Amino acid sequence: MLNWFPENISTFGGEIDSLFYLILYITGAWFIATEGLIVFFLIRFRRRQGSKAAYLPGETLRQASWILVPCVVVLVLDLWIDFRGAAVWAKVKGGMPPSDLRIQVTAKQFNWEIVYPGPDGKLGTADDLLMENELHVPAGKVVHVVLKSKDVIHSFFLPNLRLKQDIVPGREIEAWFEATKPGKYEIPCAELCGFGHSGMNGWLHVHTADDYAKWVREQWPSEK
Amino acid sequence: MSEKLGFWRTYLFSTDHKTIAKQYFTLGLLWAIVGGLTAYLMRWQLAFPDTEVPGWGFIAPDFYNMLVTMHGTILVFFVAMPILLATFGNFLIPLMIGARDMAFPRLNMLSFWVFALASLVLLISFFVPGGAASAGWTGYPPLSAKADYTGVGWGINLWILALALEFISFLMGGINFLTTTINLRAPGMTFFRLPLIIWMQITAAVLFMLSVGPLIAGAVMLLMDRTLGTTFYLPEGGGEPLLWQHLFWFFGHPEVYVILLPGLGMVLETMPAFSRKPIFGYRPIIYSTIAAGILSFIVWAHHQFISGMDPRLAMPFSITTIIISVPFALIVFAMIATLWRASIHFSTPMLFALGTLSVFILGGLTGIFNGSAPIDIYIHDTYFVVAHFHYTLFSATFFAGFAGITYWFPKMFGRMMNETLGKIHFWLTFIFFNATFIPMHFVGLGGMMRRIANPMEYEFLKSLQPVNEFITVCAILLLISQIPFVVNFLWSMIRGSVAERNPWQANTLEWSAPSPPPHGNFETIPVVYRSPYEYSSPEATEDWLPQDRPLTPSAAARQ
Repeated sequence: MLNWFPENISTFGGEIDSLFYLILYITGAWFIATEGLIVFFLIRFRRRQGSKAAYLPGETLRQASWILVPCVVVLVLDLWIDFRGAAVWAKVKGGMPPSDLRIQVTAKQFNWEIVYPGPDGKLGTADDLLMENELHVPAGKVVHVVLKSKDVIHSFFLPNLRLKQDIVPGREIEAWFEATKPGKYEIPCAELCGFGHSGMNGWLHVHTADDYAKWVREQWPSEK
Repeated sequence: MSEKLGFWRTYLFSTDHKTIAKQYFTLGLLWAIVGGLTAYLMRWQLAFPDTEVPGWGFIAPDFYNMLVTMHGTILVFFVAMPILLATFGNFLIPLMIGARDMAFPRLNMLSFWVFALASLVLLISFFVPGGAASAGWTGYPPLSAKADYTGVGWGINLWILALALEFISFLMGGINFLTTTINLRAPGMTFFRLPLIIWMQITAAVLFMLSVGPLIAGAVMLLMDRTLGTTFYLPEGGGEPLLWQHLFWFFGHPEVYVILLPGLGMVLETMPAFSRKPIFGYRPIIYSTIAAGILSFIVWAHHQFISGMDPRLAMPFSITTIIISVPFALIVFAMIATLWRASIHFSTPMLFALGTLSVFILGGLTGIFNGSAPIDIYIHDTYFVVAHFHYTLFSATFFAGFAGITYWFPKMFGRMMNETLGKIHFWLTFIFFNATFIPMHFVGLGGMMRRIANPMEYEFLKSLQPVNEFITVCAILLLISQIPFVVNFLWSMIRGSVAERNPWQANTLEWSAPSPPPHGNFETIPVVYRSPYEYSSPEATEDWLPQDRPLTPSAAARQ
């Protein structure tokens, strides 16, 4: 059960995963406590010959404190989860670490159109390069992704990077990630986008610095 | 009350709240069969993609999207609401507050027939060219706003129309619920002597009335985008797709509690009767319910953490969402405390009530994961969310619904249900429900997205396929497990042993009426002396003390 997640290869993915486990331990403890108590009560207080139930309406503060005190504990744990969550959220979504690599992903039914800025580092210039469903990035480097849609709402999902961002037509949404491990990972669409939604998928290629430089040379051979 | 009504006025165009309740129940059950069929087809396709579904045929991707959409729409709006609210609200409110009928019986009849019309429109939408709606039950534009994007033309227009009609129906129903509860209570029935299910029903009615307005406005704009060429949600004309999401979820989250609260109400009625003990913390439960209702209006954007809205909005909504666990935790603790030092009788209704409680706990706890904005980045739109809301809504709709129907069946039909069949039904449902939906959490954590027709198209999901197959087998068994209920329900209605007035020795007013109650319910309007859960009271020699039984002649005279 502990390795149900796909392998994490992002710098912030570990924090999301550890927040998940924090919540898992807290809720898991509550689950065992409450369900265990229910089962115990069901066995202990099942109807038996001659037994009579106690009259406990729980209306006085003294009696009600049996349920009010656990509620206070729930509130405290909630706030703990909230504060931990706020810290992780700020790291992932707060401000983006600076980067000179900006790639544009335009979603359309049912493909990712990925535009690389080329050697000048600027999108919307003549040396831009368009590839369908292929996202090449170097490992160990912050990458900014500009997300646009041509038609409906799509969701850019990188399971291994713990990144998901809806793409809304009419908006330009920027996301970021830093991959830590070279390899080939999938980019499914996570928002129902029409009859081809199932199977709308791309590939993220994370290269080592050397491989990435080689890939760049292959794509823009005229540039030195 | 005593005049003879003909066949049409008695069975079809009846103004009797009990008949109207049964009409809602019948339609709700018929829709549940369609909903079950959509689940079967989807699960087969997910486990054995692109193979022929036994008894059906192949499922194309756009047909799959239609199944996803209609499954959600049917189960939420055409099964959960008519059964939990309309059936039990209609049947129980007048009987439990000691009234002869609803405040507006004709409006009540109109509510049902508008709902029947909504059902008809939704049914027709399956057969129009292009098929039924396929943009998800949440109907996010622009996908839903332009026919080109889905290939569905009138299917979505009729889907909007069906929902609009059903909202009209439930608005009229809600007005009736509130007016009746406020005005027609029997002498002595103060607000704090109302059974908790009545509190739940009227809170649900208020939540629905306050939240549905924005969605109706949203739906009108969506229909105009589709038919009149406006661009409220289309960016090419300056529209804003996210507007719909805000309007939808401003309604959508209170709507969840519109379903959940009556479900919890069933448990809160059943549990004391079979524990022979007052519900623990009657007033705290009421205050918690109201608090949860108020909070439900400021959590909606937890459905939109990654929707593209300003990320700074996420944490405030994350905090309110996680805090909403407190009032529900109180209700759960109160239910558990009710079992403490009780005398528990494991009847079928009690088993279903306990099933609701134990299943709802897991559904509530997984809600904490979803409510945490950073976790939601990963699990949003995955099967973890699907598993979560089935744990909450299946528990409310089916476990609690079965608790309610088996508990009040003697009152509704004047006959007892078979306990053995009832217990078989419970255990099969409980086992296969958990066997279906627990593994679904793990599939979701593995990253499997909702609403995809074929997980085998993704490399990273291939290793999860055996789990998907297991889920499908269990889901089919869960559907088959409902056969004992259908048999028991139909057989008991005709052949069950005749029920007495109060077979469970329960305290609330409906049990002092004949089984089944005649038109007008009570011979004489009861007088209420006490709160609804006075079981094992030291004041009585028996372990129950009905709300309308005077303890001494002088007490009766004082009233």
